[in-house]
Amino acid sequence: MTDQDMTADSQLSEAEIAEVLEEASHYPQKSGASIEALKVVQKYRGWVSNESLKQVADLLDMSVEELDGVATFYNLIYRQPVGRKVILCCDSVSCWMLGSDNIKEKISDRLGIEYGGTTSDGEYTLLPIVCLGACDHAPVLMVGDELHHNVDETQLDQILNTGAS
Amino acid sequence: MFGKFLKKSRNRNPDKPLTRNIVDGRAYATLSDYQATGGYEGLRTAITTMDSLGVQQVVKDSELRGRGGAGFPTGLKWSFVPMGENAPETKYFVVNADEMEPGTFKDRVLMEKDPHQLIEGMVIGSYAIRATAAYIFLRGEYHLSAERLAQAIAEAYQQGFLGKNILGSDFSLDLYLHTSAGRYICGEETALLNSLEGKRANPRAKPPFPQISGLWGKPTIVNNVETVCNLPHIFFYGIQWYAGLGRGKDRGTKLFGASGRVKNPSVWELPMGTPIREILEEHAGGMQDGYELKGFLPGGASTDFMLPEHLDVLMDFDAIAEHGSRMGTGTMIILDDKTCPVKMVLNLEQFFSRESCGWCTPCRDGLPWVVTILEDLIAGKGQASDLELLEHQTKMMGPGNTFCALAPGAMEPLQSALKYFRDDFEKYLERPAVKEAG
Ligand SMILES: Cc1cc2nc3c(=O)[nH]c(=O)nc-3n(C[C@H](O)[C@H](O)[C@H](O)COP(=O)(O)O)c2cc1C
Ligand code: SF4
Ligand code: FES
Repeated sequence: MTDQDMTADSQLSEAEIAEVLEEASHYPQKSGASIEALKVVQKYRGWVSNESLKQVADLLDMSVEELDGVATFYNLIYRQPVGRKVILCCDSVSCWMLGSDNIKEKISDRLGIEYGGTTSDGEYTLLPIVCLGACDHAPVLMVGDELHHNVDETQLDQILNTGAS
Repeated sequence: MFGKFLKKSRNRNPDKPLTRNIVDGRAYATLSDYQATGGYEGLRTAITTMDSLGVQQVVKDSELRGRGGAGFPTGLKWSFVPMGENAPETKYFVVNADEMEPGTFKDRVLMEKDPHQLIEGMVIGSYAIRATAAYIFLRGEYHLSAERLAQAIAEAYQQGFLGKNILGSDFSLDLYLHTSAGRYICGEETALLNSLEGKRANPRAKPPFPQISGLWGKPTIVNNVETVCNLPHIFFYGIQWYAGLGRGKDRGTKLFGASGRVKNPSVWELPMGTPIREILEEHAGGMQDGYELKGFLPGGASTDFMLPEHLDVLMDFDAIAEHGSRMGTGTMIILDDKTCPVKMVLNLEQFFSRESCGWCTPCRDGLPWVVTILEDLIAGKGQASDLELLEHQTKMMGPGNTFCALAPGAMEPLQSALKYFRDDFEKYLERPAVKEAG
């Protein structure tokens, strides 16, 4: 366990619990809400710690092992800390044809991170993603919840708030 | 029983029913925009003038085929659901909005631009099988779709299109939006059901089919977003009108798209059976200057390549199948003459390999093996026997040898590339290992 798991705010807040239970009410078995519940935790904390996972499992009448099996299956559930914004770089076929490798390199150059890495200021984590369903605007990036179309190098500074160096 | 129904169908005959509410300069169709063009009137016709089996019959007669890739007749699928007094009390209607097939970008447009159309279709589909609850299984990255759908669902409840006694009938329905968290395999309908139950998204054995034993063991229908969006129009304008829309054997319209190095990559609603040439030349504007068409995947990553000589084939389920491929999702991925087909196939197999759910051995171990062979080949480290090995893999992971259709789908672009672009593979064998040499 990390230190973070030991701190007082490792308890789920009332708001988190309420949202998890609201999701659980949509299914005949509470466990149906497992993925959405983990996403509620991520909305507030960015990632799912062991302590959060245990509390969500209790709320949904699941074992910790079962819920962790779910958490580790889905690539958008983060079981380790990520940056404030996750950059999802589409590396599927249409974006690849229109230069997504180059965009990825340029992001890596600017932020000093590879896939799976987080910037030292905790702002960004960079991950590959499958086709984002916007292939007519390839290459495509998603930063946080926002989709960026027809990305080229000149836009990257604006998208990532990095000054041209 | 069809009187009212047919009269209406003569009133207006939009040739682009699915996108008629997508208007330039308007972010999306609100409830009032939707109702201004007859929104929720198809539902009214279905629910107030027909019983559930009558609704199923209309959809059968419409010959609507699923738009999720396989083209299964929608009415026939519904007819496997137990109906009547002895049927289970709880049944589910699920919309597959997972859209993760590389090169596919059609369902997103429908959900972002006209969310009520999907909801109306879902109520009609749910009524047809007497579902007690309906879910939209939406991929996690579609934030804007989630926002618009959530709002539309709330409005539909307020207006009495959802909830208890819909439009004064004895039919009640709850509809929920489920947002997912990644993994392409979630789109496979039985994996989707496991995912919706809050489990890992491994596919299930069939039989039993979901229509008999699906979500939590209850009869369940899974339909694609675009399939369901056809339903309001079939009931509002009628099946004669619907039949008149197709240009080939299939009926209705379809969202077709093209991405890659064409002048105007986009998505267009066109009649089923529109010739591929017309889509690529008139709508996509032809190839970008300096590029030539080398081949294309007609409907997403898991379809076989086709060649320029196939341009006059109609975009129709059967017509494409006759030429060794599948219409799939109908959104084409264009291969130009300056892109290496072997590298393109590597990109596709890397996708499938990464997204394999790991449940069965041929796929879990076979796909990474294919990736390694292709990588070595491209790096100049290939051997003559590699091409046979790749061919062997396409058989090992072909239909019937794996637990679900992901691996056979992954083999389609590979097997057709080996057939059509053999020279490009062989070129790598002739080349010395450039990197190692230095
Ligand atoms: C690996 C895999 C992924 C799939 N992904 C999707 C998808 O994202 N959306 C979809 O509608 N169908 C997808 N399908 C097809 C579904 O299993 C199913 O056939 C479809 O949702 C049925 O809807 P329809 O009858 O309306 O076409 C996928 C199939 C496989 C094997
Ligand atoms: S074919 Fe692949 S994706 Fe399908 S069950 Fe087997 S391992 Fe999973
Ligand atoms: S391939 Fe990148 S959005 Fe589809």
